[in-house]
Amino acid sequence: MMSNLAVLPILIPLIAGIIAIFFHKKLPIVRVFSQVLTIINAGVVGYILWYVYQNGTIVLESGDWTAPYGIVLVADMLSMTLVMTTNIIAIAAVFFAPKSLNEQQEAFYFYTFYFLLIAGVSGAFMTGDLFNLFVFFEVLLMASYALIVLGGGKVQLRESLKYVLINLFSSMLFVTTIAFLYSVVGTVNMAQIAQRVQEVDQTGILTTIGILLFFVFGTKAALFPLYYWLPRPYIVPNPVVSALFGALLTKVGIYSIIRVFSLIFVHEPGVTHQLFLWIAALTLIFGVIGALSTNNIKLIVAYNIIPAVGFMMLGIGAFNSTGMSGAVYYLVHDMIIKAALFLLVGAVSYLAGTSDLRKMRGLIHHYPLFGWLFFLSAFVLAGIPPFSGFIGKLLLIQGAMETGEVTIAMISLLSSLLILLSVMRIFVRGFWGEKDESIQPNSKAARGFIAPIVFLLFFSVVLGVGAEWFYPGADAIGEYLMNPQDYIESVLKE
Amino acid sequence: MEIIMSVLAGILFTTGIYNLLQKQMLRIIIGTALISHGAHLFILTMGKLKRGAPPILDDAISEYADPLPQALILTSIVISFGVTSLLLVLAYRASKENGTDNMEKLRGSENDE
Repeated sequence: MMSNLAVLPILIPLIAGIIAIFFHKKLPIVRVFSQVLTIINAGVVGYILWYVYQNGTIVLESGDWTAPYGIVLVADMLSMTLVMTTNIIAIAAVFFAPKSLNEQQEAFYFYTFYFLLIAGVSGAFMTGDLFNLFVFFEVLLMASYALIVLGGGKVQLRESLKYVLINLFSSMLFVTTIAFLYSVVGTVNMAQIAQRVQEVDQTGILTTIGILLFFVFGTKAALFPLYYWLPRPYIVPNPVVSALFGALLTKVGIYSIIRVFSLIFVHEPGVTHQLFLWIAALTLIFGVIGALSTNNIKLIVAYNIIPAVGFMMLGIGAFNSTGMSGAVYYLVHDMIIKAALFLLVGAVSYLAGTSDLRKMRGLIHHYPLFGWLFFLSAFVLAGIPPFSGFIGKLLLIQGAMETGEVTIAMISLLSSLLILLSVMRIFVRGFWGEKDESIQPNSKAARGFIAPIVFLLFFSVVLGVGAEWFYPGADAIGEYLMNPQDYIESVLKE
Repeated sequence: MEIIMSVLAGILFTTGIYNLLQKQMLRIIIGTALISHGAHLFILTMGKLKRGAPPILDDAISEYADPLPQALILTSIVISFGVTSLLLVLAYRASKENGTDNMEKLRGSENDE
């Protein structure tokens, strides 16, 4: 009976999205409806998280088809933590949306696609079936295709075309890889795949398929050298859409890498996980170079997604429980802070009337609160103690040191400094300096933007300052990920 | 039979990728369609091709076809159909708004919004 809980984080947003279609033009109603439903969903997810924490993993066998035959939804600590984080971001986004979208954009099904995106992301985090993961990828991508062109500007259309094409190609590759895997192991249930791969000791062909899967997820997660598509499509839509994309989409790719390479392809770490470490280092270096290369504040934040992904790969590549718990901690931290930063730069470029750093100065005289919020989030992002980025990076670097990867740990430390430099440039050149008299301060608009950003930053700060409360959880997830047998047993019930 | 189907899927993939690397928008979309056809044939082939056997498992039947690839291929066809039609509309609008369907001219610069 309690296992039915596991479907709610997908079902509630899905139904809410469908209902929102029926009165999409009545903005006051649809706004309140979406806000209430998002909060209800977050409450339900919070309850499930608590339940899973108390009673262990929930496994839902849909339609009562027992595990290897039907589709299973697995609510374990890792997926529920990420679904909870998704919902926190969703709350901030749904309250930010009426302030930053124009009425026409809102009326054209923004809330429907927003709910479908949340449903897709939650589904991708919770499914225990590889083909079902592909389906949920498509659900969230379809919603994102619609959100990215919302408004239909010239630049938006141009960039979304590239975004759709790259995702379509990697999805097709995903299907092909699943077909390969099916022909070798004869199942698409992740627990059973893991079991069978273990039985045949991960022969060469399986490692090759693993790398192909890594290529697919790497494209979604924007790893070196597959990140080239990412920055520009992420800056063209409305700030609230950018925040959802930056916080959720690449992270689904990273989650899939964590899941697949801690559960299924774990028997040849010398090949796969060593590759991850070097890719992590290159991702860190090239991402941060991108962030330093531009004067567009939105592009700076979008480029900062890439080194963050590199950090998480460092933990996955280190392949010990410290590294894994670091990767999970950093994943949660990065989802929240990226959402906050995208909302912040969106609000700043709206208030300043430009996103070109060369045309900005002295904004702190007009908007002091924004200035200091930005300062704070730059510190959180770069990982200055006591904020959440620090705890995540500490665990990640500790994990890398434990496997003896000193060079790569050093590269990651150096790139942390450069990340701080890249966001501080926005603060120094955009907020400091002489007062720009030509700007008419729009304090009414500014007040509307503040609350969701403060809400997100509050969680970021709590995650760092209250690390004592969250660390045991992250540590337990790290241990859990290193023992795939637990997952297999809870799904296949042996 | 499996070998022939694999080769066919391979040919579809190569022609698809060739078209994907062109500059004209419509060719790129046709390329993605070809690749998805290749992927679908591939799924079917990977479940072993069998004729004249029902896709059900029953105690009375000893010879049966694998139903799973058929379910997978159906899902995948529906999805790729949806994405391709969306892509066609998107390409049409993008080429109208930007006045060109040449990907080379759709690069964009740092600060346009």
